Amino acid sequence: MNFPILSSLILLPLIGALFLFFTKSRNDNKITLKYVALFTSLVNFFLSIYLWFLFDQTTSEFQFVEDRIWIEGLINYKVGVDGISILFIILTTFITPLCIISVNNSINDRLNELLIAILIMETFMIGVFCSLDLVVFYLFFEAGLIPMFLIIGIWGGSRRVYSAFKFFLFTLLGSVLMLVAIISIYWITGTTDVVKLYEIGVDTKYQNLLWLAFFSSFAVKTPMWPVHTWLPDAHVEAPTAGSVLLAAILLKMAGYGFIRFSLGLFPTASEIFTPLIYTLSVIAIIFTSLIALMQEDMKKLIAYSSIAHMGFVTLGIFTIQQQGIEGSIIQMISHGLVSAALFLCVGVVYDRMHSRLINTYGGIVTIVPKYSVLFMIFTLAALGLPGTSGFVGEFLILMAAFKDNFLVAVLASLGVIIGAAYMLWLYKRVIFGKLINSDLKKMIDLNKSEIFTLSCLAIPTLYFGFYPDPLINTIEVSISDLINNYNFKIVSKP
Amino acid sequence: MSNIELVFPEIFISLSIMFLLILGVFKKNSSKIIQNLSLLILLITAVITFNETLSVKQITLFNESVIIDYLSSFMKIVTLLAAFVVLLISPNYLRIFKIFKIEYPILILSSVLGMMIMISSNDLIVFYMGLELQSLALYVLATFDRDKLKSSEAGLKYFVLSALSSGLLLYGCSLIYGFTGSTNFNVIANQFNANEYAITFGIVFVLVGLAFKISAVPFHMWAPDVYEGSPTSVTLFFTIVPKIAALTVFIRFLFVPFFDLIEQWQMILVFLSIASMLFGAIAAIGQKNLKRLIAYSSISHVGYALAGLATGSNDGIQSSVIYIIIYIIMNLGFFSCLLMMKRNNVYYEQIDDLSGLSKNHPMLSLSLLIILFSLAGIPPLAGFFAKFYIFKSVIEQSMYFLAIVGLLATVVAAFYYLRIIKIMYFDKEKESYDKDHSLWLKFSLTFSTLIILLYFIFPSQLVEAVSNINII
Repeated sequence: MNFPILSSLILLPLIGALFLFFTKSRNDNKITLKYVALFTSLVNFFLSIYLWFLFDQTTSEFQFVEDRIWIEGLINYKVGVDGISILFIILTTFITPLCIISVNNSINDRLNELLIAILIMETFMIGVFCSLDLVVFYLFFEAGLIPMFLIIGIWGGSRRVYSAFKFFLFTLLGSVLMLVAIISIYWITGTTDVVKLYEIGVDTKYQNLLWLAFFSSFAVKTPMWPVHTWLPDAHVEAPTAGSVLLAAILLKMAGYGFIRFSLGLFPTASEIFTPLIYTLSVIAIIFTSLIALMQEDMKKLIAYSSIAHMGFVTLGIFTIQQQGIEGSIIQMISHGLVSAALFLCVGVVYDRMHSRLINTYGGIVTIVPKYSVLFMIFTLAALGLPGTSGFVGEFLILMAAFKDNFLVAVLASLGVIIGAAYMLWLYKRVIFGKLINSDLKKMIDLNKSEIFTLSCLAIPTLYFGFYPDPLINTIEVSISDLINNYNFKIVSKP
Repeated sequence: MSNIELVFPEIFISLSIMFLLILGVFKKNSSKIIQNLSLLILLITAVITFNETLSVKQITLFNESVIIDYLSSFMKIVTLLAAFVVLLISPNYLRIFKIFKIEYPILILSSVLGMMIMISSNDLIVFYMGLELQSLALYVLATFDRDKLKSSEAGLKYFVLSALSSGLLLYGCSLIYGFTGSTNFNVIANQFNANEYAITFGIVFVLVGLAFKISAVPFHMWAPDVYEGSPTSVTLFFTIVPKIAALTVFIRFLFVPFFDLIEQWQMILVFLSIASMLFGAIAAIGQKNLKRLIAYSSISHVGYALAGLATGSNDGIQSSVIYIIIYIIMNLGFFSCLLMMKRNNVYYEQIDDLSGLSKNHPMLSLSLLIILFSLAGIPPLAGFFAKFYIFKSVIEQSMYFLAIVGLLATVVAAFYYLRIIKIMYFDKEKESYDKDHSLWLKFSLTFSTLIILLYFIFPSQLVEAVSNINII
């Protein structure tokens, strides 16, 4: 591999952002600015598809590895992908252009800066998913806070300041402990290179504390109950593009981190703490689903449903079985698509009516039929109807959970039912029913770019629902290797 | 006296000060010339130091009372360059307050001379001499805007409290002399009896004096008032330049004569460090004045630098030096912004005056944004690396408590940096500020912002530059 394809993926959005930075933002060149950003992110998307095409699915080795000395004798800039990370990279490069398209006329103020922030965010997110050095990972993981803070704070709703601060401080607080753990790993093992760490492993007597430190960071980011409270606030106040990025990709960083680091580096500790994760996941699934049922605000409802879905993900990861982890990854991809689409759907009606409250709407099925159809698809995908990608993920996770712990699986299945309840009820209250609010009659149906964005998300949602093989083939070998490695380390522990 | 050329920088700078004084007396309206000459002198001295002494391994002069080694040369160059930049960006500010006088550059030069002596000192008396020289110049600088009540108050307060701390320091020196029979660091190292606990009192008193100079908690009380009251360009000088010299003395005093007593002073340093980090972070939250805020922020940054020293390892010393250098660059950038906040010849220094800055001055606020995130220690900016090196050496010594408290303090500190960013970016805009800034001011802002932003591309250089510092 001579061409540094991963570094190009990381750098390309940055170059686009730099280009935008040096372009004067005027009223008449807004479209041009948007096209520049869109072009950059599309190039990145095709590059990542090409990466998937080149990707060898038969091995669990890291591919396209680049290894350069960065700080002499301390940190190497090392990136690479395996079956687990490549899907997240594609998800990122797929969602970002849609995000840019969705930035429409509702944002007049500082459009240029918003596009720059989104592109920089893309850089950091891709960096998180392909870094193979703990310090590099931390760097990207944390750096993402800066653009996201600004996106929420500058372009957000009325309580944006509070939400931006909460988001920033919660996440920062979680991750500083991870930094301590990373430096400790450096002194314990002498390296922060993930591949080397997989081989030599971390001494079991340190694993518990290190696991907890990583957990504190990932739990906030996932978010798991009880540190989830930043998410509804951040989602509600963020602009549509920000919510989409947050829900579709940012939350996946934690799930990815759990698989890559918690399972990969600290198997003994993961074994010990599995009951903790199970408990928190089940609480998250049931508790936040119940909260979602009571929400008046559409964005808040979807935010709480995100927490519940991420509860499934953490549950699946820590079943430590092939189906469970595969299910988790598919669930994350599916949730990335579906939640992005749902936030876009809310964005569509918000742009028209400037209200996110559910009771503003009702009976709009005849006014906006196209919207109703697409919204229906994503509602059903969110509740995990067979034939959508949401079903595949949840089904695999529950299957693995039943093998491992019957009670947990039963409780989690209960969450599925409540999930169906709140999603359908939401749909019923917004789309069906009597048309009471006469302002709604002036609503315009989806325009072309909105149809395009939502269909782009609907197609893979349905496609992977019927035929998840491309996803499963990509991740299968890497996961089975991860599990073998895990079991080997558990058995051979001194 | 064969190696007299090694103190040539000090000799050159002191002769220059005398020359400038005479020039100032005999030539009318010479403040501009003297300003420019002083800049030249600082630069020449830095070049001489670089050429003559940077390659010197370790040489002691004048009966071992002055030491020239890599640490001293390196810190001298940093001091000189920092003073150079401060002097470079001050004139506009001073002119507006009508205090652009010949004394200003000369006082800065003499305090720099004092600092250079401190940095090179290998003897308690030489060290004290240097300290007093720099302090006396600083007292006058603090009250430089003498018609303003606040400035005079700042100078007086600084003088009284600093004199007290000097007294304590001197008492500590005399105790050490009493128990070892010498004031020379190397002799003390050989002479003292580790079982003689009374010498610890001497160390404690000296540490108190030094902690006062770098405004570590609980000896920080003067800092916010003095920083607020002094003219802004002087505050900039206060926040960065004296800290370099004081840190060097800290290193030398603790690691050369008293390294064997590490158990005794390590606890003190850990306490100073934790207290400074936490107090600086918490107390800054309520501030309304930017200069006061930066005073508290500098207190907490000093805490991190001390955490590096508290490890008692060479790695720790190096990380502290890196920290202080990155801190200097960040502060330079911050104050450049502060010096740009002027409208019709009035300078604004309240946090609320930044409100909506991003609308009227996108570049200025972007720079400030980068500097503030860096001060908060968010990757991938330089401030993160500074903290990373510190915690790397702290965790190497298994001082987990210090590391975790320090990192939690960064979260608290992040809050007030974010508050400034919030005011700049999220709030309604006010009238715009003047845009006719001096070229040098713009240069220093751009320069420091770019270094902070792009540090992550070449992180090795700075690490290599300090890797020659070997005290233990």
